[in-house]
Amino acid sequence: MKVTLKIWRQPDAASPGAMHTYEVDKVSEDMSFLEMLDVLNEQLNAQGEDPVAFDSDCREGICGMCGLMINGQAHGPEVTTTCQLHMRSFKDGDEIVVEPWRSDAFPVLKDLVVDRGALDRIIQAGGFISVNTGSAPEAHSVPVPRDDAVRAFSAAACIGCGACVAACPNGSASLFLGAKITHLGELPQGQPERHSRVVDMVAQHDHEGFGGCTNIGECTAACPKEIPLDVISQLNRDLRTALVHGR
Amino acid sequence: MAVSGLLFIAFVLMHMYGNLKAFGGHDSYNTYAEHLRTFGEPILPREGLLWILRLGLIVALIAHVASALALWHRAGTARSTKYVAKKNLGSSFSSRTMRWGGITLLLFVVWHLLHFTIVKINPAGGATNDPYNLLVDSFQEWWMTILYLVAMAALGLHLHHGTWSSLQTLGWTSSAAARTRAKVAGWVVAIVIAGGFSLVPLFVLFGVID
Repeated sequence: MKVTLKIWRQPDAASPGAMHTYEVDKVSEDMSFLEMLDVLNEQLNAQGEDPVAFDSDCREGICGMCGLMINGQAHGPEVTTTCQLHMRSFKDGDEIVVEPWRSDAFPVLKDLVVDRGALDRIIQAGGFISVNTGSAPEAHSVPVPRDDAVRAFSAAACIGCGACVAACPNGSASLFLGAKITHLGELPQGQPERHSRVVDMVAQHDHEGFGGCTNIGECTAACPKEIPLDVISQLNRDLRTALVHGR
Repeated sequence: MAVSGLLFIAFVLMHMYGNLKAFGGHDSYNTYAEHLRTFGEPILPREGLLWILRLGLIVALIAHVASALALWHRAGTARSTKYVAKKNLGSSFSSRTMRWGGITLLLFVVWHLLHFTIVKINPAGGATNDPYNLLVDSFQEWWMTILYLVAMAALGLHLHHGTWSSLQTLGWTSSAAARTRAKVAGWVVAIVIAGGFSLVPLFVLFGVID
């Protein structure tokens, strides 16, 4: 099949960018979206042009590195990561608009590559459990109720790709934040730092310039890991409890 | 935002209930209106309760508008470069119209207070000192009924998202079942309140209440 791509090109963080149009022919429907971009870049290389920069790493949907806005949808039309999106989701002659995540907290470094360090700094502010070094404790010494484990695991499926921020009309990272708060807050090991964690992570989230949540729900529709909105309620509940208890 | 919004929901629910007294006729409606002024006497002065409620509503309004403006400003600075293409997939129409819908409601409230409380405007040109007659005279004008029905549509939309959103913000929807209940509550509150308010103007326009 043949597709027309409208891609955001921006030489570096300081320069202005613009949409450029490219045509890619002989695209197989078995190609992943990123493989199709690889084909485009081979064309561009052959013509002596600068290839389109985009992020990718594992290409199996588990690392959270890739992430493109494709035709107005974070990670494109399927509920998965960009690397696991295949060209069979498009048809011959389609025009595909490809943009980077748009968030002032995620500055564009080049073309489609953004700096998601803001999410790392939110994790550094409190998204961890402090453990003394030494030999690992016996796993069975801390019982975890099954339902709590299930909820913690499903929240832990968040790969920090930033699709929630990209999709949110407010540019909020609340789904990411809620996933981390729920993941750690459901486990016994997460309890000692539960109050300070939520206060510090929310403060860092706001400091990074993310928007406020108005419970619109675009985030959960875009999430490749289908993190539900109730993690944001959990975040709000933990924050309320922490503030009432003077953190 | 959530707390002031829930106060407004309680207020509009009581206000809607009071309006339905119009179905009881002239005396039932006017007695209710007068009772609101004498409620709590003699411990409270005349209109004492009314002013306590009014002050509460003014404080809630300031909190609600200030939070909305802060969120709106944050949303603007969080994404200064807009998308060329952006689809809405997981959001309701009501959730996307909260801000402009809120402004619409604010303008309506200003008009509504001028109409029935501060200036008392009778579009038929008749007396304005009798609450029931002012109500009937007003809604016998078709354009006035349309104006109020449009405002109630805006209120219904605002309540549909606002009810669920306030429960979510207060952290009471931390499971899939609780989320479903909150969303159903949004529908119920929107339909009962906006629908209940719409009954009186419609029944006046069609001559049932006169």
